[in-house]
Amino acid sequence: MVSVTATAAEDVRRALSIAERVPDPELPMLTLADLGVLRGVEVTGDGTVVASLTPTYSGCPAMAEMRAGVATRLRAAGYARVEIRTVLDPPWTSDWITPEGRRKLTEHGIAPPAAAPRGPVTLSLLPTRRTVPCPRCGSADTEETSRFAATSCKALWRCRACREPFEYVKEI
Amino acid sequence: MSDSAHDDDHVYLSLAEGHDDGSDARWAFGTGFEDPLHGVDTTVPEGVDPVELAATCVELADDALVSAQRLAEWCTRAPELEEEVALANIGLDLLGQARLLYARAGQVDGTGRGEDAYAYFRDADDFRNVTLAELPIGDFAFSVARLLVLSSWRLAHFERLAAHQDPVLAAIAAKGAKELTYHRQYAAEWAVRLGDGTEESRRRMRTAFDQVTPNLDELFTAYDVRSEVVEVLRQVTEAAGLTLPPVPPAPGAGRDGRHTGHLVPLLAELQSVARAHPEATW
Repeated sequence: MVSVTATAAEDVRRALSIAERVPDPELPMLTLADLGVLRGVEVTGDGTVVASLTPTYSGCPAMAEMRAGVATRLRAAGYARVEIRTVLDPPWTSDWITPEGRRKLTEHGIAPPAAAPRGPVTLSLLPTRRTVPCPRCGSADTEETSRFAATSCKALWRCRACREPFEYVKEI
Repeated sequence: MSDSAHDDDHVYLSLAEGHDDGSDARWAFGTGFEDPLHGVDTTVPEGVDPVELAATCVELADDALVSAQRLAEWCTRAPELEEEVALANIGLDLLGQARLLYARAGQVDGTGRGEDAYAYFRDADDFRNVTLAELPIGDFAFSVARLLVLSSWRLAHFERLAAHQDPVLAAIAAKGAKELTYHRQYAAEWAVRLGDGTEESRRRMRTAFDQVTPNLDELFTAYDVRSEVVEVLRQVTEAAGLTLPPVPPAPGAGRDGRHTGHLVPLLAELQSVARAHPEATW
């Protein structure tokens, strides 16, 4: 029988597949990979798994849970040495939410973000015309009720057609 | 192991399963947070004076921490629930920026202090925040005017700091700038709404601008971003149907550790639990 020794590449792939599936504490329908906060997984020469995470917002209180979640899952999968690194540059953008992540958000009644602005944003006080389709009924007849909602990354909207309130992941 | 995240009933469970350091401490709100710069390369690049870098970080962190504390005072007091949530969210962003900046200061100033040492165990004389940040919350119009001024000022400075030689400070600034853009937009929209609203809201908004302008020169003494900030304030006051009062000369005080009498009680409340139970973990 051939001995089953995982090659380095297989080992990285396995560690990655474990880290990728850790759910986000605030948006548990998404994995950290869906959200785009898992920036990479490496396995060093001595077998240490190094997972890199980036915060969505500077004050995101879920970062500690994310770190603990990834470390715990990797340890449970048999990796004795796990290191979590915080990556600040480049800063997280909502553009990193994957197509799969966007699909899951919509499925759970949360509108996914539009494309994030590039570069510095100038102050605009003109009435803005923007469309965020209702994740429940699809109507474009929606309005923002608050730029800030239950978590840093979301705004509060409502649909004039089906009358349901919904959350919108802000573009940043 | 399941392929799906959906069946994970206990996303917080991992927090109760021990820490990297092997201690029994469990993560909770309060002191003993994990290092917000956990696993970030701590090297200070050549040509950067660590003492100067630490001082820069502490100044910016103090502005953010004190502002966050004032914003949090609006909880249960804001005109509407949505505004309370908004102000708390803005405060949370600033608190996050403060944590990162304190952590960076502790890495480079040679003391190895953590964020709690800066936030909880320094007295008012050691704080370097601008005095505008520490003034009481006043009415909603005053808090809006102050937020507009401070977010515009910090944003203009952060846009420059994003090119700082220190990659950690540059990254904190680049990220913070995106958040501050939202804060400024929020404050500007409210300033216009109040200024262009009822007779009473207009009176209050005009009074609020009169109250914040004497503090502007202190901000511009700290960071030379006068033209950007004044441009924003003109744009907003014009849209609100108000005029920007003249900016009297009033060079800095807070950056030199000279504060109003309002900072001491603010810190007393902020620091009371940490000082009653130093080194406590949950």
